[in-house]
Amino acid sequence: MTDAILQMRGITKTFPGVTALDDVNFTVRRGEIHAICGENGAGKSTLMKVLSGVYPHGTYSGEILFDGEPCAFGGIRDSEAHGIVIIHQELTMIPYLSVAENIFLGNERSSRGLIDWNRTNAEAAALLARVGLHENPTTPAMELGVGKQQLVEIAKALSKQVRLLILDEPTAALNDEDSAHLLDLLRGLRRAGITCVIISHKLNEIEAIADSTTILRDGRTIETLDMHGAGVTEDRIISGMVGRDLSHRFPPHDPKIGSEVLRIEEWSVESPSQRGRMVVSGASLNLHRGEIVGLAGLMGAGRTEFAMSVFGRSYGTSISGRVYKDGKQIELRTVGEAISHGIAYATEDRKRYGLNLIEDIKRNVSGAALSRLASRGWVDENREYQVAEEFRRDLNIKAPSVSTVTGTLSGGNQQKVALAKWIFTDPDVLILDEPTRGIDVGAKYEIYTIINRLADEGKAILVISSELPELLGICDRIYALSAGRVTGVLDRGEATPERLMTLMTRVKE
Amino acid sequence: MSSIAPPSTAETVEPHEPRETRAAATRRFSINLRQSGIYLAFAAIVVLFEILTGGSLLEPQNISNIIVQNSYILILAIGMILIIIAGHIDLSVGSVVAVTGAVSAVLMVNLHLPWGLAIVITLAAGALIGAWQGYWVARFGIPAFIVTLAGMLVFRALDMTVLGNQGIGPFPDSVRTLANGFIPGFLGNVGLGVLGGADLFTLLVGLASLAAVVVLQWRTRRGRLGYGQAVDSMPVFIAKLAGVAVILMYVIVQLARFKNLPWVAVLLAALVLAYTLISRRTVFGRHIYAVGGNVQAAGLSGVRVKSVTFWIFVNMGLLASIAGIIFAGRLNQAGPTAGNGFELDAIAAAFIGGAAVQGGVGKVVGAVTGGLIMAVINNGMSLIGSPSERVMLVKGLVLLAAVAFDVWAKRRSGAAR
Repeated sequence: MTDAILQMRGITKTFPGVTALDDVNFTVRRGEIHAICGENGAGKSTLMKVLSGVYPHGTYSGEILFDGEPCAFGGIRDSEAHGIVIIHQELTMIPYLSVAENIFLGNERSSRGLIDWNRTNAEAAALLARVGLHENPTTPAMELGVGKQQLVEIAKALSKQVRLLILDEPTAALNDEDSAHLLDLLRGLRRAGITCVIISHKLNEIEAIADSTTILRDGRTIETLDMHGAGVTEDRIISGMVGRDLSHRFPPHDPKIGSEVLRIEEWSVESPSQRGRMVVSGASLNLHRGEIVGLAGLMGAGRTEFAMSVFGRSYGTSISGRVYKDGKQIELRTVGEAISHGIAYATEDRKRYGLNLIEDIKRNVSGAALSRLASRGWVDENREYQVAEEFRRDLNIKAPSVSTVTGTLSGGNQQKVALAKWIFTDPDVLILDEPTRGIDVGAKYEIYTIINRLADEGKAILVISSELPELLGICDRIYALSAGRVTGVLDRGEATPERLMTLMTRVKE
Repeated sequence: MSSIAPPSTAETVEPHEPRETRAAATRRFSINLRQSGIYLAFAAIVVLFEILTGGSLLEPQNISNIIVQNSYILILAIGMILIIIAGHIDLSVGSVVAVTGAVSAVLMVNLHLPWGLAIVITLAAGALIGAWQGYWVARFGIPAFIVTLAGMLVFRALDMTVLGNQGIGPFPDSVRTLANGFIPGFLGNVGLGVLGGADLFTLLVGLASLAAVVVLQWRTRRGRLGYGQAVDSMPVFIAKLAGVAVILMYVIVQLARFKNLPWVAVLLAALVLAYTLISRRTVFGRHIYAVGGNVQAAGLSGVRVKSVTFWIFVNMGLLASIAGIIFAGRLNQAGPTAGNGFELDAIAAAFIGGAAVQGGVGKVVGAVTGGLIMAVINNGMSLIGSPSERVMLVKGLVLLAAVAFDVWAKRRSGAAR
């Protein structure tokens, strides 16, 4: 079992302003199940996109050897021709097509340009049997649940004569039963000689199924563990994922914590797309004036969904739970109500949900509180300019003027515009979802300084972040969320990366 | 401003005065070109046809004709640009023009209602039609393309039903005057030397509006300077005002030399002014741009997206009914084919006038200028005897070129995003 089917050597991949992969080495032995672990943003998905040709040869440096042969994939089709198939986290079923049509999409069973339906359906039925799915191949894909769709994806991979199957977070959206079935299936594929690479946050699953585990952190390979070796446990993996120097990246802050300002009890949210799946279940938390509180959780833990459902029911259905502001119960049925109750939510995806990129800075800054600048419906444009200009100076937004279009700013400056917009609503509670995502280290420090200052003004700040060091560096208290449940809360003194990661990966009892 | 953090950052963070790179300068230039290109294009087209027609284009009577003959399209373009800024479209306005014209004809001609009351009822009917379409688009979530395509058929059918498949007319004199007539010369004529006689009242109205423009611009400039904002340098400011003054007075003098100010020109000027202010200076107007620019961000900023969408359709219905009355009054008859194809002219005007295909961008003045570009092409080409199929061809290509330019300019400036 020392025969390597895949070797990736010295892979470096950069995006404007960010090095996503830095000299990564990655070797997979033939016939094994190889897990990749790492925090969000560690470079796991990027590495797999390099491997599968989503980022074609020439857009990265380093070499890929598959079966000992150097490879230069120009796209997905090239890698699939070699038998490398990737199943993405977001499923790619076309809902109105049948299961069989989805399996052979782009790879149709046809003769002389006409689709051979008998062959299509017969071969699809055989593939479905291999993955243990007893469904009629003519069933529309949308009638299947997520778990079964995942199996169809694997059947689709098998139809392409797969030799190396890559699964990106295959069980993130599955319930326990479907997850267990999927893991059994992967064991079966291993017996059939198919090599698997699996990206997963669920460490218990990795421990149960993987032969080796490679840990990535900050775009670098940290280590590869032999899972059959002695002493390899979840804790061992966690310490590899989180170990990192925390010194001097965060401004010092002496919190002045006051009375409770917001309390949320028994908050539950159902997924709007999947009936019956609770994205948040029974979560409770509270915030005090002057306090910076963190909300930690891995991908799919329900952090953003929690925040957005609180913020005027911007996400989810069948929302239940109670919200108290300064001890009095309040209703937040719309975004407008949330804002007028002094709650602000700065989104994790500022380009899609946060800013109007074709408008200038001043109109974005005024966007959530235009009525503060208006009398009887008429906007005072001079006041608007003045306010935006004050924010530009205060928050050090680097732009020629407040008439600069926001779409032309760097990520850090866009984030400051988004912050200015919410600060201008004069909130008591500011929810910041991934406030430093995609911005450089210097701008991060400035954002932390702004957060500290807002807390010192008596606002309560809830920071959602995928970066544990960030939460540990700036928060007075950190809640951990796993699969929609609050699994624990740690004070600044008792919070360590290891303890948080343990809470974040704890599966519901 | 307690919400703004104290200026303590000034100590910890070095203030960076950003340098404008060459790329940024190019980008700024192309954005300026995108905004002002439409006016330059309009000027070029006017000059071109003035030459091609041997000076007939800017004859007093012809200027008057261009305004009167295209007023209803320009009014529709004002409503359409707001809908397009919000990221929607309205294909039904031609049919709405027809059915509201028919309603006004039935009220005035068949039922002999006083014309003022009939107009009020017709405007209410237009707003109601807009509310119907706004309901389906905003509350029900059906794409505006589908809702208004259905509306195009439904309201055409209603038009024919109301009219019983025949034209109804003639309209009362008051309505005909409003649609087709001129303000009476209260003060008589005055000699303008080689230009001959001109209506004194019109000239005075022109001078008064010019004075108003100058005072308003001056006050805006003073206000901005007071807040330390960047403004045009004094020579540029004066040059711009002088340019506006020359164009405005040229049109006024020509109109005064012909008959007088057409009523519809006054109405149009009032609408352009009102809607420019609404779109730029009111909370509602700003929300239209926010919805069109990024509907998710607008919703998460507390903008009531559905309500904004609903009311711009109501507004479109209202403006379409104004256009319907004017069009019927001008023809002195409400007919079953009235307003055919108006929706396309109004949409084209908005896009030629600088609206973005994805929404979020556009100006009322731009849409009206876009409408005038099409009007000048129509008028100029017919003056030089071009057949109508060639006019159509040129209008189609101009529309394509205008949008292609917009997409091209956006791709260049948007590359940095």
